[in-house]
Amino acid sequence: MDFAAIVVLEILYMIAFLALISAGLAIVFGMMRVINLAHGEFVMLGGYATIAAAKHGINIYFAMLVISPVVVGIIGLIVERLIVRFLYGRMIDVMLATWGLSLLLIGLVTLIFGNTAVSVPAPIPGYQIGHYQMGGYNLFVIAVAALLMCAMWLVLRYTRVGLVARGTMQGAEVVAALGYNPSTVYMLTFTVGAALSGLAGGVMAPLTGLLPSVGGAYVAKAFITVITGGAAVIAGTLSTAALFGTVDQIVSFASTPVLGEIAMLALALVLLRLMPQGVTGQFFRNST
Amino acid sequence: MAISRRTLLNTAGATALATGLPVRRARADEPIKLGAIEDNSGVLDIYGKPIVMANAMAVDEINAAGGLLGRKVQLFQYDSQSDIALYTKYAQQLVREDKVDVAHAGITSASREAMRQTYRRANTLYFYNILYEGGVCDRNCFCTGTTPAQAVEPIIDYAMKKWGNKTYVLAADYNYGQITAKWVAHYVEERKGEVQKTEFFPLDVSDFASTIAKIQDAGPNFVVAALVGGAHISFFRQWAASGMNKKIPLTSTTFGVGNEHLALSAAEGDGILIAGNYSPELDTPANKSFLAAWAKRYGDAKVVHELAVSQYQGIMLWAEAVRKAGSVEHDAVVKVLETGLKIEGPAGTVAVEPKTHHCALDIHLMVVKDQKLTIIDTAKQRPPSDTAQYCDLQKNPNDNKQYEVKI
Amino acid sequence: MSASGFGVGRIRWNWFAVLAVLLAVLPLASETNTPTLLAIWSLFALSLALMWGYAGIISFGHAAYFGLGAYTYAIASFNIGESTVPFLLALAVPALVAAIIGAMMFYGRISDVYLGVTTLVVTLILNRFMNATAGDAYRIGNARLGGFNGIPAFPTLNVPGDPTTQIYGTAYYYVVIVSLLAAYLICRWILASAFGRALIGIRENELRMELLGYNVPAYKTAIFAVAGAMAGLAGCLFANWAEIVTPSVFGLGQTAEVLIWVIVGGLGTLVGPMAAAVVLGSLKLALGHQTTIDNSLVLGAILVLVVLLIPRGFAPSSVAWRRRFAQSQVRRRQARGKRRRRIALQEAEP
Repeated sequence: MDFAAIVVLEILYMIAFLALISAGLAIVFGMMRVINLAHGEFVMLGGYATIAAAKHGINIYFAMLVISPVVVGIIGLIVERLIVRFLYGRMIDVMLATWGLSLLLIGLVTLIFGNTAVSVPAPIPGYQIGHYQMGGYNLFVIAVAALLMCAMWLVLRYTRVGLVARGTMQGAEVVAALGYNPSTVYMLTFTVGAALSGLAGGVMAPLTGLLPSVGGAYVAKAFITVITGGAAVIAGTLSTAALFGTVDQIVSFASTPVLGEIAMLALALVLLRLMPQGVTGQFFRNST
Repeated sequence: MAISRRTLLNTAGATALATGLPVRRARADEPIKLGAIEDNSGVLDIYGKPIVMANAMAVDEINAAGGLLGRKVQLFQYDSQSDIALYTKYAQQLVREDKVDVAHAGITSASREAMRQTYRRANTLYFYNILYEGGVCDRNCFCTGTTPAQAVEPIIDYAMKKWGNKTYVLAADYNYGQITAKWVAHYVEERKGEVQKTEFFPLDVSDFASTIAKIQDAGPNFVVAALVGGAHISFFRQWAASGMNKKIPLTSTTFGVGNEHLALSAAEGDGILIAGNYSPELDTPANKSFLAAWAKRYGDAKVVHELAVSQYQGIMLWAEAVRKAGSVEHDAVVKVLETGLKIEGPAGTVAVEPKTHHCALDIHLMVVKDQKLTIIDTAKQRPPSDTAQYCDLQKNPNDNKQYEVKI
Repeated sequence: MSASGFGVGRIRWNWFAVLAVLLAVLPLASETNTPTLLAIWSLFALSLALMWGYAGIISFGHAAYFGLGAYTYAIASFNIGESTVPFLLALAVPALVAAIIGAMMFYGRISDVYLGVTTLVVTLILNRFMNATAGDAYRIGNARLGGFNGIPAFPTLNVPGDPTTQIYGTAYYYVVIVSLLAAYLICRWILASAFGRALIGIRENELRMELLGYNVPAYKTAIFAVAGAMAGLAGCLFANWAEIVTPSVFGLGQTAEVLIWVIVGGLGTLVGPMAAAVVLGSLKLALGHQTTIDNSLVLGAILVLVVLLIPRGFAPSSVAWRRRFAQSQVRRRQARGKRRRRIALQEAEP
């Protein structure tokens, strides 16, 4: 019984993890059809921002929930202005440029922070379920992910900003005709996407060993989650995160984490074969 | 192109013959050439960068002391960028273009195996200075790092006496981890203990939640964690985050090699028991002067880890052999090394075992405390007994393979 | 996509001959180890350039077939010894796997970026699996898979029928060069055939080709398998060059590198990506000679600049430059002609 509770909690945690690291990529890809291969490095930068701030005595929650998104958001803004904005509509070139950017960022961070793994301790102690000891911080990650998804949904659904954003997704010309500058909308979208990646990095920082090259571990997973999800940003990301998280953890518990990951990847193959336009291409057609 | 295969092969053979024979001229004004290939960028740079620094420092120290045999030592260093193809490529470069006298190269076992035959064919003396799974038996190759049998027995002995006889083993899923896990099982069973379960993790696994729950389910007296690399640091963090670090003790033969103790906070790392060849806390004159020199050269000595020290010792060992031999000629240097040559390095005595071309080394038992590796005990001059089971280069000098240790 | 360089293209035999002769005499002037590696990379780039540039099939996981070629050769040569059969298997196995995966994707109507993800997932699965095979249990016949450390010391290529005569050094260079040039000619031949023209038609407008009665999924699957075989050949040659295979042949790095070569070289050309592989490969090798600056930094900066400054890749851009230059020449000639006429007219006027 206790063991079942733990498995359920770990599944929830895995879903939260996937949703968190995919959110930024989902927004940028969903709205702009831009595949940002430097996404993993944005997450990594969020982690470094949190750790650097925490080392300077700033409250850890403030660091991960405010400083990381702001810092990475600003970096995203700079990247958009300097590189990405010249490449809209050229998906392949954006990929190449952002791949270059990811190498550049890895090099820069190595130069600044060195290449020894850095980290901050988790600020929440463990707790007991039956005779099992669990990481309390995992609950915090689940809560953050849930809040984030709700907030994104509310914003997209019920605010003016959300309306414009969704409008741009469907037809940039129409929005432009209504007096909104698509270039500004794109700029803001990219910035927000980067900020969300920064948030993910900040929140994950206490649970992983952070190295400049850690981004590679995130980008493939986020990429697969988002694209298998399909066009709808939130419904898509959430549904695939839920499926992948569940399968990954159940197989991990039954065998090893490697088989868990392979099972998750195999599931992605099956899903794409059955639903070539992603999960939300098939279901939840009118969702956000 | 109308070249028949036969003429093609003939030309090829002739060319190979013409370029393949090393022509060595030792002139006093010509420097002695030392080649090095390490991962200075890419995912392995956490290990590689300090090694690159150690190379430069060792060579400069030798030159500052007047060089070897009155000649300067020149360093040919390449960055293999964590890419196996580049190891092969630069090894060819070292033996064909640069014509080095010795190569100190490689980090992973895969990188060593990608280069070893190249050096052997070119008759270029090769040093592999990294802790690894053991078993290499090649007269051209000297392995100066520790192997599992050296480090595993002291730590298992200590842990079982202190905590009890049930253990749970986690290991990195590659040769080193697999073989270390076998040795753990061997020594635990020898002492009438029980290995409850052994789990292997590829180097990029960073989620250990299910494993931590499974360990609790099994309830061992202590956990052996032979985990390697940046992703695996997550295990120690998630272990601490769940509060398990206060309940079940952890031991490791690899912790600290990538400066993991600096990555974890004091609260997370305290109490982990480690066995290894080096700690910066070693209170010997050799270590103190080494760290002081490093700090003077690079600002501070925080990045120094066992691999960097091991590399430094490997170069110093070779230098000593050259001095004693009075020559850099391959066979002369090997002969001196095979007399059981000894040097005193920062990590303690390094003594070549003629039979295996591996080294007897001091193994220190250490406890992590306040991000430091505090030494609690030292097993002096542990022999590389795993490799010695199979390898006898005195009897079979033409042996050339890596034996798989069967226990 | 009607810009120059996107049609079938044709071989300039005179250039081809010059290049072949240059490559043939190269060993007289330089060592052959580096050129061999660059030629292998070039072949790998060629395989993706054919599939992506001409059939419009994007793959984020082309390393899968490169890696399969390498592993197939290593495993088979351990078990067979004589290298002819392993060599052929290293072509056949990737082709077969590519055909299966391709059929699954194309008959399932997966396209666009979803194709990219599907191929990426296949590569990741292979990479994860190979990384997890360090245990004793993972062996195929005599070959231990070896996990992260890979398979070293397998028998390398020998003269067909004579296992004791290894092909290495300069001879091996010629094997690789001949493979590369032959592969290039085969690509050209495919593109000039009816099959190739249909592929280009599919790239330009899939629906129209479908309505014209072409079996689009079959065409795509076929070219996917051909590209897979070619990548497998490159992988096999790479394994023989490096004398070791490790799971990094399936890695994200390998996959990204070949994508970059093709993009930098220019989509819709064959020579461009091949040249880009040589240039960027040499750059990577050259960067390794220094250890003062972090090489990720340098390579990253170069890539970003290339995209911003040379948007369509080198080969198409150079075609465009040449055309612009030619046009400006024409314009100048016309202007000159006009001026002359005007002067003539003026002179003619009384």
